[in-house]
Formats: sequence, C-alpha cells, structure tokens
Amino acid sequence: MKKITEQAHEAEEEYSGETPKKRKVVIPGEVIVSGEDFLPGDGARRVGNDVVAVRFGLAEEAGRMIKVIPITGAFVPRRNNVVIGRVTDITFHGWLIDIDSAAAGFLPVEESPRFINKSEMDQFLDIGDVVAAKVWSVKAKGIDLAMRGKGLGKLEGGFIFRVIPNRVPRIIGREGSMINLIKEKTGCDITVGQNGWIWIGGDLDAGIKARRSIEFIAEKVYVDGLTEKMEEWFSKN
Amino acid sequence: MVQQELDNMAKEHKRPDGRKNAEMRKMSAKVGVIPNADGSAMFSFGDTVAIAAVYGPRQLHPQHMQNPATGILRVNYDLLSFSVSDRKKPGHSRRSQEISKVTEQALLPVLDLKEFKNTVVDVQIYILQADSGTRTAGINAASMALADAGIPMRDLVCSVAVGKQDKELIVDLTKEEEDFEEGEGATDFAVAKVANSDEYTLLQLDGKIQPEVVKEVLKLANDSCKEIYEFQKKTLKESIEK
Repeated sequence: MKKITEQAHEAEEEYSGETPKKRKVVIPGEVIVSGEDFLPGDGARRVGNDVVAVRFGLAEEAGRMIKVIPITGAFVPRRNNVVIGRVTDITFHGWLIDIDSAAAGFLPVEESPRFINKSEMDQFLDIGDVVAAKVWSVKAKGIDLAMRGKGLGKLEGGFIFRVIPNRVPRIIGREGSMINLIKEKTGCDITVGQNGWIWIGGDLDAGIKARRSIEFIAEKVYVDGLTEKMEEWFSKN
Repeated sequence: MVQQELDNMAKEHKRPDGRKNAEMRKMSAKVGVIPNADGSAMFSFGDTVAIAAVYGPRQLHPQHMQNPATGILRVNYDLLSFSVSDRKKPGHSRRSQEISKVTEQALLPVLDLKEFKNTVVDVQIYILQADSGTRTAGINAASMALADAGIPMRDLVCSVAVGKQDKELIVDLTKEEEDFEEGEGATDFAVAKVANSDEYTLLQLDGKIQPEVVKEVLKLANDSCKEIYEFQKKTLKESIEK
C-alpha cells in the first residue's frame, strides 16, 4: 500500500495544467474582468460585456479563459474521483458506503478482489469499515463505486479525518508534490480522498504530525509557493 | 434660515439612539462560524444577531419532495428561546413558519440549483439576540452562508427594514422605534434586494403608508443595501485573505 495516492492525482490535474497568472478572491455576482476578449469557464458566466463570478472562490486567468476555483462547500462526486468512505449497510448485491456526498455510494460485491460467499459478505467488509474506492459512475439515483486499482481497498489501522473537500487539490499539490513531501518528512502512509476524507497509517506520533501539517495547508488557501512554506513548517516542527 | 437649520437638527436627532434617519445600526459579520456546516455566517445589526448555517446539497427526505429537474431550497428560521426578554417557547410557531417561507422566496431567485437534481440545500437561521429586523439580518446572514457553502449564485441578497415614525422615514428600526405609537404610529417595511440589479425579492409591510411614499422607501432601502453589500463583500473576502 505504499504508492497509494497515485490515483488521486489524476483528478487534480485540471487545477494545475497551466501556470496560474494571478488569483483573486471573488464573491458571487462580482465582475471579474470586462471585455469581449475573455471566455467564462467553470464558475463564471458572461453578462453583457463582463465576465461575472457565479461562485465564491479564487478567480484565475488562464489565457483567455476565466474560471473560479471553489474553496469551500460540499463534495460533488465526479467519475474517477478517489474517495474514502465508511460502510453503512450491507445489501444482497453489495455494500452501501457513506462518502460524504448528497447520495450514498454503492460498491457491488463483484468488486471484491476474491470470491465472496453472499452470506459471508461481512467478513470482507463489515459496517463501520473504511475503504478507499473510485467513483465509477454518477447517476441520478446514486453513485457506483469501484475498488479495483492500485491503492484502493479496505483501509486497516491508522485513522481518518476530514478537511474541506475543495481544498484537496492544494493538499496533493502539483503532480503530488505536496503530499509526497509530507509522506517523505513523516514516513506515513497517506490516502487522500477527493471527498476530503484523509486516511493516515503508520506510526501514530508521525501520523498526528502529518495531520497537523495537512490541516495547516487546508487553512492557508490564499498563499503562493506553499510547498516552500511547508518545508519551512517542517523545519520548525 | 438659522431657525430652519435648528429645526433640521432637531429632526435629525429624533431617534432614541441618536442615529440619522437614513443611518443603519452598526453592522458586524463573520464567515465560517459553524465548523460542521458546509457554509455558515453571522450577521448583526446593532443588538440583533443572526447566524445561518448551510448544509448540502444533500439527499432529500421525504422522497416525494425530490425534484428530478432541480435541487430545492429549504429554509428554517427560528428565534432561540433566550433571544427575547420574555422566554420564547422553543420550536415552530406561526411566525417562524411564515418568515422561513418568505426568506426562502427571498433567496431562491439568485440560486442556481439545477446541477444538484433530487437534492436539498438546507439553510438554518437562528436569532441569538432580537432587537427588530431579525428577518433582514437572517437574510443577510443566509446570503453570505450560501456563498460560503460554494452554492452557484447569480448575486448576493441584501436586506434592510425601512420604517415610518409618524411622518418621518427611518432606516433599520429597533424594537423601541417599532413600538412607537404617536401620530400615524410606526410602520415596518422589510425589503430584500438582489445586490447588483433592481430586483426585489422581499417586500413586507406592517403598518400604514401612503402609496406615494413607497418610492421613497425603496430609494432609502437601495442606498442601505449598497452599504450592506459592500460590507458582506468585505467580510467574505477577509475570511480567505487572512
């Protein structure tokens, strides 16, 4: 279970493709830029001659595209998100998993790595167990999960905690730079779910330090060059 | 001339707390006051303090209320039992149900919940301390909390109460001013407005007012809402840029 967050990085790339120019905090209804040259991206819309924010967050200019990166709010699942959840119920066909989103996640019994007798499903995953899974599909009536893949599966030992889901990309960093730094400095196993749930395994004292460092990052949303700041943080703590 | 100035001065300082007619009470606000909520805010006008918490979008029960075309908004407003001088019996009342409903209607026009089908966005508004203008403070707090919860919104909503004491128009009444009984008595006119456009999402009138005066009321409300909007904007931005 070493390289466990590899999958989580895929979804994060949409935030770190180009070098961001400048970021500023905007509120809904605020004019970000004026002029016909710009295109509204996620979280923005065009009103007459202006590009206006639809959400509260950080406005970013990437070329002609203006988008607003949300920094607060609930988790909205997308396909291929790695999430951490807790088993809440066992049905005949699979497990119901609370992934802290509007709808519950469903993990079919076929997703288990070995054959499971339907009467013994609780021996593999029981109510209250914590799993790392991937969002397979998002439908109106619920979310299907998959558990095949590197780093996915039941999480044993360690502990979990929650941060604001929209700050997960910051915790992972560009191509995983931030999370790798934390892993390197503390020597913990860390799985970051896109739903904001984070699992830390390994030595408990190091784990608590890792948690403190992650919470530090989650708080500092409006700071540039965070990876350097973290190096500094680790030298102090 | 001098006499007229003196008269004006006397007029200006008729209010019990020495405010000018178009002057609001001191506002204060804070974002992120409830760590367990997806978004939250506190807003106060003088001694009136409201907190709002936003949860969701989350699954909606009972299921028959689910709307497959869009998410819905559900507002619950209530006074806490210690917010008024005579203990308020906790729980729903006719008054709190009405205010919940009008607050919902005041906020819904700016929200875009089409992405969140079959779900609900819950807004809980609690009044910690009441000194009139609780629904307006509640709407201001809820509008900030919704933004903090990352819900797609067209704009913020600002709300203020304009009143009339005898023939004098005043902004943001206190309880004392609301209980004024001389002359034509007191009028309480609560207004909510979409910040950057001329849409009004709440108009509630309690008392008597001449139709010609309503225009003036809206003008006063517009000016006050501008001030409130700048304050909301500043508070939201400061919650990130600390």
